[in-house]
Amino acid sequence: MTDSKNKDLIVVDGLCKDFGDNKVLKDISTTIKKGEKVVVIGPSGSGKSTFLRCLNCMEDPTAGKIIFGGENIADMSVDINVHRQKMGMVFQHFNLFANKTVIENIMMAPVYVAKKNIKKQKRDNLLIKLHLKKGEITPVTASMPEIKKQAKEKAVELLKRIGLEEKADAYPSSLSGGQKQRVAIVRSLAMEPDVILFDEPTSALDPEMVGEVLELMKELANQGMTMVVVTHEMGFAKEVGTRIVFMDEGRFVEEAAPEEFFANPKSERAKEFLSKVL
Amino acid sequence: MNGFLVKVERFIDIFINQGGYNEVLGGLKNTILIAVSGLIIGIVIGTLIATVRVLPKYSRLSRALDKFCTFYVGLFRGTPMVAQLLVFYYVMLPLIGVKMTSVSVAICVFGLNSGAYISEMMRAGILSVDPGQMEGGRSVGMSYGATMMKIVIPQAIKNILPTLGNEFIALVKETSVVSFIGATDLYVAFNYIGSNSYEFMVPYLVMAIMYIAIVCIISFGIKMMERRLRKGDRQ
Ligand SMILES: Nc1ncnc2c1ncn2[C@@H]1O[C@H](COP(=O)(O)OP(=O)(O)OP(=O)(O)O)[C@@H](O)[C@H]1O
Ligand SMILES: [Mg+2]
Repeated sequence: MTDSKNKDLIVVDGLCKDFGDNKVLKDISTTIKKGEKVVVIGPSGSGKSTFLRCLNCMEDPTAGKIIFGGENIADMSVDINVHRQKMGMVFQHFNLFANKTVIENIMMAPVYVAKKNIKKQKRDNLLIKLHLKKGEITPVTASMPEIKKQAKEKAVELLKRIGLEEKADAYPSSLSGGQKQRVAIVRSLAMEPDVILFDEPTSALDPEMVGEVLELMKELANQGMTMVVVTHEMGFAKEVGTRIVFMDEGRFVEEAAPEEFFANPKSERAKEFLSKVL
Repeated sequence: MNGFLVKVERFIDIFINQGGYNEVLGGLKNTILIAVSGLIIGIVIGTLIATVRVLPKYSRLSRALDKFCTFYVGLFRGTPMVAQLLVFYYVMLPLIGVKMTSVSVAICVFGLNSGAYISEMMRAGILSVDPGQMEGGRSVGMSYGATMMKIVIPQAIKNILPTLGNEFIALVKETSVVSFIGATDLYVAFNYIGSNSYEFMVPYLVMAIMYIAIVCIISFGIKMMERRLRKGDRQ
C-alpha cells in the first residue's frame, strides 16, 4: 500500500437506506480520499448520522456499495469487524465502556484483535498439521503478556498526548464530558485507523468543553488523519474541512470546498440552512 | 422453662456426643453444594438464553432458538420444583438408563430450574444496559459475542445483582425439597436428629437459625460484591 495523498479510501456507490417505508438515504455516491476532512452538515433528520453509520455498516445499507480496503463491506459475507478496526468511530454520547477503566478502554480492542489473531494462527497451524489445510506452519511468536504490555505502553502514550495520564485507572463515570470524548477519540486511535468517523462529537458537551475536543480533532487533522465529521460547529467546518457536504432529505444536495460553500451556496436549501445557523 | 432446658440438653447430647453434628455437616454441605452449583449452572444457562432472546431476529436459526428458549422457560417456570425433581429422578433417569446420585440429580434440576428464572432477570439486565455500550464495542471491531461477554453482560450482572442474590437465597431455602429423592440436606439432617431423640422442637429451631445465618452471610456477600462492582458508577 502506498500512502499517496490521492488514494481513494472509501468509495460509496448508490447507497440507499430505508427504515421500513422511510427512505432515509437516497442513492448517494461519493468518494473519500486519503487525508480528506469531509464535514457533513444539514438540517435535523436529513440523514447525516445514518450516512455516517452506513460507512462502517453500523446500519446495514439497503442497497449500494461501500468499498473500503478493497472490499465491498456492505456485502454481508465480508467480516465487517476486520474493517471496523481500520475505521474508528466517535459518538455524540462517547460510548466508553462503563465497566472498564480509562486505560482498559483504550487497550481493549488492540488486545482483543491480537488475541484473536493468535488463536487463528494456532488453529491454522493445527489444521495444517492434520493435513486439513495447505500451507506453511507459522510458529506463534507473540505472547499475551507481551501484547498486553505493548498495548499498555501505547495507551499510556495516547493518554499523555491528551494530558490525561493520571486518569488511567479512573472509570469513565468520573470524567468530565470533554475528557470522556477525548478518551473516546484516543480509544479509536489505538487501532491506528485509516479514517475516523465523528457523529456530532461536541453536541452533548457543555460549551466550555467543546474547545478541548475540537482542539484534539484539529490536531489529528493536521497530522493527516482522514476524517468524516457530522457537526453543527460551522467554525470547525470552515477551518478544518477540505470538503463540505450539505445533506437534505437523504441526498447530497451540495458538495464544495468550505470557502466556496460558505461564501456562495448554490442551492436554495443550503442558503436557507446557512441563514439559520450562521 | 425447665422442660425446654431438658430438650436443649437432649439435643446437645445427640448433636455432640452421639455424632449428630456429622449428619448436620453433611446436610449443610449438600445444601450449599446444591444451591451454589445450581446457581452457577443457572447463571450460565440463563445468560445463554437471555443472549439468544435479545439477539436480532434476522435468521431462521435465531428465531428457532428463540422459540426453544421460550418453551424451556415456560416449562421450568410452569411446574413446581418438586415435580421436576421427581420426574427427572424417577422417570427420566430410568428411561435413559443412567445412574446418578440424588445429589447430582438435585444439582442438575436446580441448575435447569434457576436457569429459566435467571434468564428473565438477565434479559431485563441486558436491556437495561445503554445500547451505546454495544455500539462502542462494535465500532472498534469487536464481534457481537465478544462485546456481549466483555462489556454488556458484566454491566447487566451488576444491574441485577440484588435480584440474583434473591434467587440464590430462594435456592438455598428450596433445597429442602431434595428429601423427596432421598438426598440429605439441612432439613433431612435435623429431621433425623429429631426422630432419633423423639423431640423436634429444638432441632427445628436450630435448623431455622442455621438457615437465617446462611441467608445473612449471602446477603452480606452480595452487598460486598455490589460495592466492588459499583466502582464504575458515579460517586
Ligand atoms: N434506527 C432507526 N430506525 C428507524 N428510523 C430511523 C433510525 N435511525 C434514524 N431513523 C430515521 O432516519 C431519519 C434520519 O435520521 P438521522 O439520525 O440520520 O438524521 P440526522 O441528520 O443525523 O439528524 P440530527 O441532526 O437530528 O442528528 C429520521 O427521520 C429518523 O427518524
Ligand atoms: Mg444525527
